[in-house]
Amino acid sequence: MPWDEGLVNSLVYEAPDPGTGRSLGYAKAINEALDIALAHDPGVFVLGQGVDDPGAMFGTTRGLQEKYGAARVFDTPLSEEGMMGVCTGAAMNGMRPVYMHNRPDFILLAFNQLVTHASKYHYMDNGQTTVPMVVWAAIGRGWGSGAQHSQSIQGLLLGVPGLKIVMPSTPYDAKGLMLAAIADNNPVLIFEHRWLMKKDGTVPEGFYTVPLGKGIYRRRGSDITIVGASHALEVALQAANKLAADGIESEIIDLRTLKPLDEQIIAESLKKTGKILVVDTGWAMGGVCAEIGCLAAEKWFDYLKSPVRRVGLPDIPTPAGYTLEQFYYPDAEKVAGVIREMVKK
Amino acid sequence: MIRYEYSENGYQGWGAARGRFQDEFLVRLFRDMLRIRLIEEEIERRYHQDQMKTPIHLVIGQEATSVGCCAALRKTDLLYSSHRTHGNYLAKSGDLKAMLCEMHCRINGCVGSRGGSMHLIDKSVGMAGTSAIVAGAIPIAAGSALTAQLQGLDRVSVVFFGDAGTEEGVTSESLNFAALKKLPVIFFCENNFYSVQSPLATRQPPREIYKWAAGYGIASVRVDGANVLAVYEAVREAVKRAREGGGATFIEAPVYRFRAHGGAGDDSHTGYRDTAELKAWEEVCPIETYFRFLADAGLITIAQREHMHAEIMLEVIEAFDYALASPNPEEKDLYAHIYSD
Ligand SMILES: Cc1ncc(C[n+]2csc(CCOP(=O)(O)OP(=O)(O)O)c2C)c(N)n1
Repeated sequence: MPWDEGLVNSLVYEAPDPGTGRSLGYAKAINEALDIALAHDPGVFVLGQGVDDPGAMFGTTRGLQEKYGAARVFDTPLSEEGMMGVCTGAAMNGMRPVYMHNRPDFILLAFNQLVTHASKYHYMDNGQTTVPMVVWAAIGRGWGSGAQHSQSIQGLLLGVPGLKIVMPSTPYDAKGLMLAAIADNNPVLIFEHRWLMKKDGTVPEGFYTVPLGKGIYRRRGSDITIVGASHALEVALQAANKLAADGIESEIIDLRTLKPLDEQIIAESLKKTGKILVVDTGWAMGGVCAEIGCLAAEKWFDYLKSPVRRVGLPDIPTPAGYTLEQFYYPDAEKVAGVIREMVKK
Repeated sequence: MIRYEYSENGYQGWGAARGRFQDEFLVRLFRDMLRIRLIEEEIERRYHQDQMKTPIHLVIGQEATSVGCCAALRKTDLLYSSHRTHGNYLAKSGDLKAMLCEMHCRINGCVGSRGGSMHLIDKSVGMAGTSAIVAGAIPIAAGSALTAQLQGLDRVSVVFFGDAGTEEGVTSESLNFAALKKLPVIFFCENNFYSVQSPLATRQPPREIYKWAAGYGIASVRVDGANVLAVYEAVREAVKRAREGGGATFIEAPVYRFRAHGGAGDDSHTGYRDTAELKAWEEVCPIETYFRFLADAGLITIAQREHMHAEIMLEVIEAFDYALASPNPEEKDLYAHIYSD
């Protein structure tokens, strides 16, 4: 199944500097996180469709069943809601399930258990029960993924109290955020992006965590603040680097966690630049872009020197065909155009 | 027209079985059922006063299932429930005062006024979780059983649901998974023939629910839900199977609710079921038939029953008084436990 392999390989990423530490592939970094968690905590188990097959969930689960046994690393029936409920029930009883999905689209079948059960019990029974579970999925794009295999559903979940939502953008973060998510006592969703998963990066050995709810500056500048996560941030970085040649200096914040949101880092940067562009892999309408844009207008209006802008997906289902897709997804060129307009004002 | 008939034999033939049980145990089952009935009736009596601002789903007529089941469980076994929680909670020894405080929206309710009557939880006695979403707790109970299996715990998980619960897709998913993993879980279906006001016949083809469940490859039985001893024995066998590594059991127990789906009073007059059907089932009331069985065996007298009744009512009135005198939550209580640390 080639899906978007060809396109992934054609993307050029900055090669990691070997001087800064060990370089590791993205999927391998996640694999290492799962390996450490399984070794460290007998309550952790990993499940998902095909986690023990040759593809091994993009390689993230490779070798884990051999090492930890079929009781703790196992393939599941095609029963997304049922298995989400099984994870919830296990988490409520002290286990730490990590439920892996090929695509966020498949999680939509499990919204009842995720939204109406897993995220609710701790509050609903007055703190008696905790639900420490991780739900992981990789957003698809390209090669015919189309309307049903490319959805970014973080925006649909952003308004659900009790959930945490993580979107890593580097192998370092993918490992550190996974370990933090497993250690967290709440249901945590991790949305990866397929196009990041062939990326290499500097990844420390052993156990470390990247804190949930904290963003990080990926680029410093004073002309404009760009906020986002995951692959959308990658595109924004490409745009920003291009514009630097013209003397436009963008400040880029990688949120790492969308919920809880690091409002402090956004406010800090916006106070300096007075301009904010929000980028996301999902639909601009009613999602991450809309929420953060609204927050800027509501809380930091006094800092704003120009209208809030957003670059997400248009209010259209994803087309499957290659040419239509090029019109659909915003690229670095488009993001650069928006930045230019905003900085000119 | 009587659409759904009682098709069992009551306690006929159970006299011989008496020796299998201790007399005290037999009487306790009666008291437990009577207590649930009296609590439910008191809730019903007061419901119109609007002090209990919570939906209620009374179990009047369905006491034998909760009591028979819980008598076969240990305190450490876990019970999961649906929207119809009262009988489950009380039979699993949930605290009555905490229940009534919850129903009166007080801060010392069993879940701090965040749940109401559909979320009666008392983890200290294994009343482990409920869902107000039909079938919502079914996969959760399977996950609870998976935990026991992975951790090597001698613990059985039981989940109660109604006939409509078997129609949700997740129930099929859960039965399949429980069969696959041989999970120590009991799926307890109280078939009361109606989902709100929709009869079974408009929702499922003519077939027996327990036979449908057997198709998933787990042990599946049908038991008289109006007979507390029959329920007890069926659950005891299922528990034994679960503890011995034999996997899951599905139990279908035909029962009848003597009241409307929700709220106080009966609603048969609206026409979705015949009052004659209700009357016929009231003839086989699980409490009265069992009382006659015990009385015939010389284990209880009317005077003893009256004494028991008075004793329970004292407890119930005291618990209501306690609830009504309990404090309401404050605004700050809204903000606790959104996330767990
Ligand atoms: C998923 C879902 N759909 C509909 C409802 C509304 N509802 C609440 S209880 C109920 C009846 C369920 O009947 P059954 O499962 O047989 O249980 P019973 O009430 O008879 O005990 C319905 C339809 C709900 N709570 N959840």
